[in-house]
Amino acid sequence: MTTTEKNAEPAIALSNPAAAKLAEADYEFGFSTDLDTDVAPPGLSEETVRLISAKKDEPEWLLEWRLKAFAAWQKMEEPDWTKLKIAPIDYQSISYWAAPKQKPVLDSMDDVDPDIREMFDKLGIPLHEQKMLSNVAVDAIVDSVSVVTTFKATLAEAGVIFCSFSEAVQDHPELIKEHLGSVVPVRDNFFAALNSAVFSDGSFCYIPKGVRCPMELSTYFRINSMNTGQFERTLIVAEDDSHVSYLEGCTAPQRDENQLHAAVVELVAKDRSEIKYSTVQNWYPGDENGVGGIYNFVTKRGRAHTDAKISWTQVETGSAITWKYPSVILQGDRSVGEFYSVALTSKHQQADTGTKMIHIGADTTSSIISKGISAAHGQNTYRGLVKMMRSAENARNYTQCDSLLLGKECGAHTVPYIEVKNPTAQVEHEASTSTVGEDQLYYCRQRGMNEEDAMAMIVNGFCREVFDELPMEFAVEAQRLLSVSLEGSVG
Amino acid sequence: MLHVENLTASIGDTQILKGLNLDVGAGEVHAIMGPNGSGKSTFAHALAGRDGYEIGGTVTLDGADLLEMVPEARAAAGVFMGFQYPVEIPGVNNMYFLRTALNSVRRTRGEEQIGASDFLKDAQEAMALVEMKSDFLYRSVNAGFSGGEKKRNEILQMAIMQPRLAVLDETDSGLDIDALRVVASGVNSLRGPDRSMIVITHYQRLLDYIKPDFVHVLVDGKIVKSGDHTLALHLEDHGYAGFVNHDLDDAPLTGVPA
Repeated sequence: MTTTEKNAEPAIALSNPAAAKLAEADYEFGFSTDLDTDVAPPGLSEETVRLISAKKDEPEWLLEWRLKAFAAWQKMEEPDWTKLKIAPIDYQSISYWAAPKQKPVLDSMDDVDPDIREMFDKLGIPLHEQKMLSNVAVDAIVDSVSVVTTFKATLAEAGVIFCSFSEAVQDHPELIKEHLGSVVPVRDNFFAALNSAVFSDGSFCYIPKGVRCPMELSTYFRINSMNTGQFERTLIVAEDDSHVSYLEGCTAPQRDENQLHAAVVELVAKDRSEIKYSTVQNWYPGDENGVGGIYNFVTKRGRAHTDAKISWTQVETGSAITWKYPSVILQGDRSVGEFYSVALTSKHQQADTGTKMIHIGADTTSSIISKGISAAHGQNTYRGLVKMMRSAENARNYTQCDSLLLGKECGAHTVPYIEVKNPTAQVEHEASTSTVGEDQLYYCRQRGMNEEDAMAMIVNGFCREVFDELPMEFAVEAQRLLSVSLEGSVG
Repeated sequence: MLHVENLTASIGDTQILKGLNLDVGAGEVHAIMGPNGSGKSTFAHALAGRDGYEIGGTVTLDGADLLEMVPEARAAAGVFMGFQYPVEIPGVNNMYFLRTALNSVRRTRGEEQIGASDFLKDAQEAMALVEMKSDFLYRSVNAGFSGGEKKRNEILQMAIMQPRLAVLDETDSGLDIDALRVVASGVNSLRGPDRSMIVITHYQRLLDYIKPDFVHVLVDGKIVKSGDHTLALHLEDHGYAGFVNHDLDDAPLTGVPA
């Protein structure tokens, strides 16, 4: 009597066609738009920094700040502690300034260059008044500059400032001066220092005391020019008892060269305020041979004051290389930090991403839910730090890292760092690694679904806890993005 | 309706099914019984189209060649399999899963898609059949379900899919007596003139509740004996030992189906 049926169940869908399709998925935003663009010659020197500052007509103090950052950057070295394999970057071959030739920031859609409008239509981000999403204000950034910000007037009525960073420097210099670099200092790390020296534009958002921002704020980043880097800077300040939900989306054309994107995002959440920051990152990931794609080296950090809450949610499906650790400094007592992440690496993509939760205040709590999906030759690393300082009385952290493998050439890695200096603090860490089982696919197929639909459903289910954190429109978009990658049916 | 002729199945060098013959008419319920390792589950998977087996012989459903079809095409043709070990799909809620399944087969058949509210009505009726609470629809597919809940979920899915041929693989395993009663009454209420069922079980117990028209004994990859439901009672008293030794003399020979 032999039971061979058990042997018939290969537990892992290592080479099933649906998983293989991931590698072939086309990138639907890979087009480029022929815009008349003002591009600075490649190269980085003090002169470049001065040029950018002059182009933007910046006050002297900001130029000094940039130069200080540049001087610091020159003495720094690229981080070498990641699991990433990065081809050497020649910082002198990059152009640090590219701007579509038009009046940089507009208040009326009618003034937007039709080519730019068409580009955003193609991206599914309508900038025409009549087509705009009624509850989302958009700041559209192409290459180095913001081209338009929608709903400014409506927001102004509530006292909310939402504009490009450049505008904010001109119109609200005192707010910028107070907060710029207050969460991510210029010499924080190599890429943050570089950004501080050469950042071109970005979004600024200010929510006054007690105001609940009446709509979602969103920035849409688009790299269009060749051989340019994108270095944007986002600053969000939420005053006491305020609330804001902020979304960012990113795409780039399909090109054979790697392009550098080194952004800095700083969040300041004052007492009892709440900032919810969501990202759907879909930069061009490179082709199936690992040629081209965006290097996405981003520093994101928030400071939460007393009873404040900062929540990061990210869905990272694009970029050749992702290096980012959206973090929260839990400074005030009872402040809350959250990090929800889905990172998908396929083709030859690499991601080294996670978070840092720095508990300073008493009774602070943080939770981390990370879902890594690896397919084809993708390499996915979760790297996270939970630090309980001596003052963090009764602080708590819960971390859950789940990895899903969809192939035999891919990899998933989990690197948690835990430092506890207060004996009353509690830290929990759970990790799992799984595969989409042949049995799961078979079960779905027996119920009538084709293999691609089944795969998409299973992977989306794996990400559910994170998608639930996204605002509705973004959740739908994220789910679609994941399914599209899985189907390989676009293009 | 279902015609199985000289069906063989092997994995590598191991042959599991060694020439199985079976005909199931419309509206009939056939029980397949047999000792562990006799090939019962393999037979179910061969009908459903699981990868990994080398299959030979002929299987047709309403004249259509099932062996040529991928699993999802068989589902659209009306084959439903109740799994012995229902699979967990974390994060996918039951309702979404069921509606996607139903709409997938409807799409393949060129039928209209069912909207969420119409589906909810149908699902609630089906849930009453297996005495399921309504929160059940919003839980992840089989994740954290008890053994009994998983099996009831299989019957619920069958009620929603309305298959032409249901193959229930050891639906009774791991069930306590109350759950067995619920599952069996669900199955009984789904019997009908256009629906055939193959009930695979190790024990006679299930057949006290689901009375089959025919009982077949599967040993070593072949049906060695067929009869009516009294054959099952005989097996309960005497076990499979006699069949394993191919000593069939004292088994009652009744009602071999056409």
